[in-house]
Amino acid sequence: MPHENSYHIEAAGSGVVTLVLTGRMDLERFGDLTGLIGAIFDAHSPSKLNVDMNGVSYLDSAGALFIVRLEDEARRRSVVFALSGLSREKMGILSLIDRDALTKPSLAPRERRMNVIEHLGVASIAAVRDIYDIMSFTGELMCEIGYSLTHLQKVRWGDVVSYMKKVGVDGLPIVGLISFLLGLIMAFMSSLQLKQFGANIYVASLVAVAMVRELGPIMTAIIVAGRSGSAFAAEIGTMKVNEEVDALTTMGFSPMRFLSIPKVIASLLTVPVLTIFSSIFAIMGGLIVGVLGLNLTIFTYIQQTMKAISVFDIVSGLAKSFVFAAAISAIGCQRGFKARGGAAAVGNATTSAVVTSIFLIIVIDSTFAIILHYV
Amino acid sequence: MNSTEPVIKVEGLTVRYGSDTVLQDVGFEVQPGEIFVIVGGSGCGKSTLLKHVIGIETPAKGSIWINGTDTSALDDVELRTLRMGIGMLFQSSALFGSMTIGENVALPLTEFTDLPMKDIESITRMKLGMVELAGYDNHYPSELSGGMKKRAGIARAMALDPAMLFLDEPSAGLDPVTSAELDVLIKKLNEGTGTTMIIVTHELETIFNISHRIIMLDRNAKGIIAEGDPRILRRDSDDPRVTDFFNRRVTEKKTKG
Ligand SMILES: Nc1ncnc2c1ncn2[C@@H]1O[C@H](COP(=O)(O)OP(=O)(O)OP(=O)(O)O)[C@@H](O)[C@H]1O
Ligand SMILES: [Mg+2]
Repeated sequence: MPHENSYHIEAAGSGVVTLVLTGRMDLERFGDLTGLIGAIFDAHSPSKLNVDMNGVSYLDSAGALFIVRLEDEARRRSVVFALSGLSREKMGILSLIDRDALTKPSLAPRERRMNVIEHLGVASIAAVRDIYDIMSFTGELMCEIGYSLTHLQKVRWGDVVSYMKKVGVDGLPIVGLISFLLGLIMAFMSSLQLKQFGANIYVASLVAVAMVRELGPIMTAIIVAGRSGSAFAAEIGTMKVNEEVDALTTMGFSPMRFLSIPKVIASLLTVPVLTIFSSIFAIMGGLIVGVLGLNLTIFTYIQQTMKAISVFDIVSGLAKSFVFAAAISAIGCQRGFKARGGAAAVGNATTSAVVTSIFLIIVIDSTFAIILHYV
Repeated sequence: MNSTEPVIKVEGLTVRYGSDTVLQDVGFEVQPGEIFVIVGGSGCGKSTLLKHVIGIETPAKGSIWINGTDTSALDDVELRTLRMGIGMLFQSSALFGSMTIGENVALPLTEFTDLPMKDIESITRMKLGMVELAGYDNHYPSELSGGMKKRAGIARAMALDPAMLFLDEPSAGLDPVTSAELDVLIKKLNEGTGTTMIIVTHELETIFNISHRIIMLDRNAKGIIAEGDPRILRRDSDDPRVTDFFNRRVTEKKTKG
């Protein structure tokens, strides 16, 4: 016979109180039941508490927890506690509850909220440690590259080719599109000004010099950082989190050589090529504005472009992109190897790879600007 | 037990991955309150079967009834409601790495009940206590051993006291004592609350100590090769695949002394 979910409290004289429970005692009712504990003890202040569970049709672990709490409260107030009407099976549920577990303190402290100064301190220490980590990783990477150059047959060329495709071939459409639009916009904006002086032809010079020396390498590097640096970090990070990197180490591989070298070599080979394409696409964008908007012929535009850029410009731009490639791929790998924990750690590694790469790109570019100034 | 309506009914279930048929025309019923064990060699489709029954994967053919409703006829909202009454331990534990163990177990409670934080916390502690993980509530999954992750996964699966509990190799990675304690836990939950248990396991102890009925799957047969009470199967079956399963293990155990 199913009982209604209900209870009533019978207070006989001499402080004996009986709590009669009926119906289902489950998680859904847990909130109502726990509210009852205070009510019984405060309103009736019993000396003996009987709990009659004859009418209980269903008891799950939440219901059992309520009984345990009731009993604990009774003990705390030195009230005699008696339970009746429980089948052997239901007693089984009750015995599952480990009283010590309910009060046992956590073995690890809860994460504390830090105040501003603590934050600042922790962040500073992390930043310094990070620089140290990157430097030691770079050192290790250099050694591995040195090793690879002397043991060319040990390089995993199959991986190199597949990463070259991912970084270069697959990246070309987006690099091309963005560069083309960049050239178009640059030419258009500058033409508005230069037209006033009749200096239309210098639009070609401006686009060519700006792209080949500065924007081509930087734009390409930023796109590669977003596309491939992040992918490297996510790939290695996931392997790290899944203990795959440990497995490599155990099998006697150098994870660095196995995972980083192909990515770094592929980037070093493809990013400069992407940079060349980037400049070419931008010049094509500028050419369209020049021909359609400024009445230049294709021939004069290209001639002016050739005149504006020197071999030195091209070489310095490519050298820069070579260094960018090294930085992006190395940071991607380093962030991946540093990932620890779970899925969130992989996400953090990816973000950090992109942010750090872009920061380094700017730093490297400034350094080049100063060096080239004195060359 | 035969008079009641089955809580789970599977009919003509066929599972294909690409051109590879993993299960062909599988059918069985699980009665309410039963401890139903699925056994079979590695790769024969046990985990796959569980995933199809709880509806996170759709079969190539066949139908699955849970509590008398055909799950293929349900929309997303109805499926979600149905799943709230189901707890599942995945073979890989599938704990959320960015949350502590306590938060993992409390997640269904905070999502699906309006209990105050204090109560959720004590229920969480109780569940962790049941799987012998008291005190580990602020640890992250990456800070636990493989077996501890399994137990935390069980605690999470039990959080809402579901009417049906699916456990995919609950005792893999556990020592024999903890594994036996887990069997006791399962049996007590089953007897006390009538929770239906569907368990994938390779442990002969678990099979003989707590199961009411087993089905045995086979990779080559792509389906069920034996069904029934394991004690009777061990005694009466003359299918070499079945006797192998029981006897090889038993003889191994004997030689160990
Ligand atoms: N997502 C998937 N895609 C393709 N094939 C799959 C997929 N999931 C499982 N399989 C295949 O289905 C078969 C059964 O896999 P399943 O994980 O169910 O095995 P299992 O019986 O649980 O084995 P174990 O005891 O090792 O856990 C395997 O052959 C596996 O290759
Ligand atoms: Mg499996």
